[in-house]
Amino acid sequence: MPAWLDTHGISLLNGLAIGSLLFILAVGLSLIFGMMDVLNLAHGVLFLTGAYVAWWIAGEAPSWPGFLGALAIAGAIGALAGTGLALVIERLARRSHLDQALLTLGLALIAGDALSAVFGNDVHTINPPAGLDGSVLVFGKAYPVYRLALIGLGAGLAAVVHLVVERTPLGALVRATVADRHMVLSAGVDDRKVKLVVFAVGSLLATTAGVLGAPVYGARPGLDGTVLILALVVVVIGGLGSVRGALVGALVIGEIESLGRALLSNLASFVLFGALAVVLVVRPRGLFGAATGARS
Amino acid sequence: MNRLAPWGRLVPLAMIVVLAAAPLALGTYATTVLTRILVFALLAASLDLLAGITGLASLGHGAYFGAGAYAAGWVAVHATPSGPVTLAAAVAVSALVAGVAGSVAVRARGVFFLMLTLALGEIVEQLAQSWHGVTGGSDGLYGIPAPHLAGAVLADVRWLSWYVLAVFIAGMAVIRGIVASPFGAALRGIRDNEARMRALGYRTYLYKLAVFVIAGALAGLAGGLLAAQQRLVTPADLGFATSAPVLLAVIIGGEATPWGPCLGAAVVVVLRDVLGPSLGGHGSLVLGLVFVAMVFLVPGGLARLRRGVGT
Repeated sequence: MPAWLDTHGISLLNGLAIGSLLFILAVGLSLIFGMMDVLNLAHGVLFLTGAYVAWWIAGEAPSWPGFLGALAIAGAIGALAGTGLALVIERLARRSHLDQALLTLGLALIAGDALSAVFGNDVHTINPPAGLDGSVLVFGKAYPVYRLALIGLGAGLAAVVHLVVERTPLGALVRATVADRHMVLSAGVDDRKVKLVVFAVGSLLATTAGVLGAPVYGARPGLDGTVLILALVVVVIGGLGSVRGALVGALVIGEIESLGRALLSNLASFVLFGALAVVLVVRPRGLFGAATGARS
Repeated sequence: MNRLAPWGRLVPLAMIVVLAAAPLALGTYATTVLTRILVFALLAASLDLLAGITGLASLGHGAYFGAGAYAAGWVAVHATPSGPVTLAAAVAVSALVAGVAGSVAVRARGVFFLMLTLALGEIVEQLAQSWHGVTGGSDGLYGIPAPHLAGAVLADVRWLSWYVLAVFIAGMAVIRGIVASPFGAALRGIRDNEARMRALGYRTYLYKLAVFVIAGALAGLAGGLLAAQQRLVTPADLGFATSAPVLLAVIIGGEATPWGPCLGAAVVVVLRDVLGPSLGGHGSLVLGLVFVAMVFLVPGGLARLRRGVGT
């Protein structure tokens, strides 16, 4: 085992770091989908917006004020964009969910094109902020401190989101809406505000993940599609509207992307497909998906 | 369609005559665009079997198109440039890929199906990117020879256009046949009320898997034509960059209408390939705007189109 860890410990840690990022990205997608059946295909573009904001505000070698400033600005943009999306989709409330998904797809294409018009088609790399840009010895190899920090931050955020959803009145309303939105409406709760808040917070988390992920993935055209797909797979595996599911799904996909690629190289794509297939056959609603609620 | 019965038969015939005569009048570039429209129209019509007839809107249909294109290109480069052989390889490989992906995808419905097909399509694209030995990775598969047919080499754009038109007509005939068959009626039943079809004793999973494989195989046929026309296959041909426009084509043209998806395909190809470059490469911007406009401007939602446009 120690010999195995020596060889693959780094990949294992990388998987955890990617998983942390994916959790921050996917939990919003999952809650929005679980609560409203809205598949937000603009979620990936929000991530990319965060990454570009990090490069634009903080530059290639960010200082701490720059990095924190980028986080704040990206968060604000995310919250605004999320609110806007929620309002636009509310106008289509009587339409099919397919129309809503196609609307977000159209908006994602427009936003993606606008981003590459503003920031060009170059690949921008961003360093971690000062102090986190070094590396430490892990399993006898140098490992970037920033990724360890990401793992810590991911764990912290997962705990916060879990507490908010499981222990607060707002979280109770969110869970109730995921379980049976018609019952929530029948009980006389106006769920529009909750939807707005969840959409705004979910989008804020997506842009935040973009800033945090910038030192790992950089910022480039096409990144939005890549992360959107990973987030979708996370949600399918974890189950819609489940925080725990998003966490487990994100860690599974993170490890497949990192450890899987290290061990199996090209076969990792098949492992990704295999994981999807197994979960869908054994548990069609995902590992932690709710058994109730309208899903069509 | 019944209302237009006398015209219903004449219009497609007239269209075929016009399409066959067009390369004689058009220049090289316009003929190439026309050929690309025919390829894309067959792809859109194959997606309509899923999205329009069965009610399973897919955002990963490019995967089977691309799988067919790679298969045809690989056979043409490494084995034989014979047109029918490359197309047969395209259909076989794309049917196989669609069978594997479909066995997972058709367990879902609605938006969930959209999401799954998107993820599956992207996995196929990843594979095309990383499987260097066969696909050439991100450089793509290039150096594909022009198709051979009965001893002739179809290098001339006109002959290629007629070759593509002939396969397009055959593909459309298969699609029309399926739609008109009892199998097609069962698919529409599944779209309108799946629970009821199951209660009537239909094994809906098998029906959905079958139509997924058929649609994938026909998309692969279109992909085989793409390889012959473009002589180059890249991962973009099977990714989101193909899957999104083809779904848009089906929606623009009107789902479950006989010729709507083909009209939609023409609009999309002209927007993307002809007008796109003159707009400074903002093809995806135009595509996005059309998507948003379609959702907002078509009164009563996109489903309304089912009885709208089309002959």
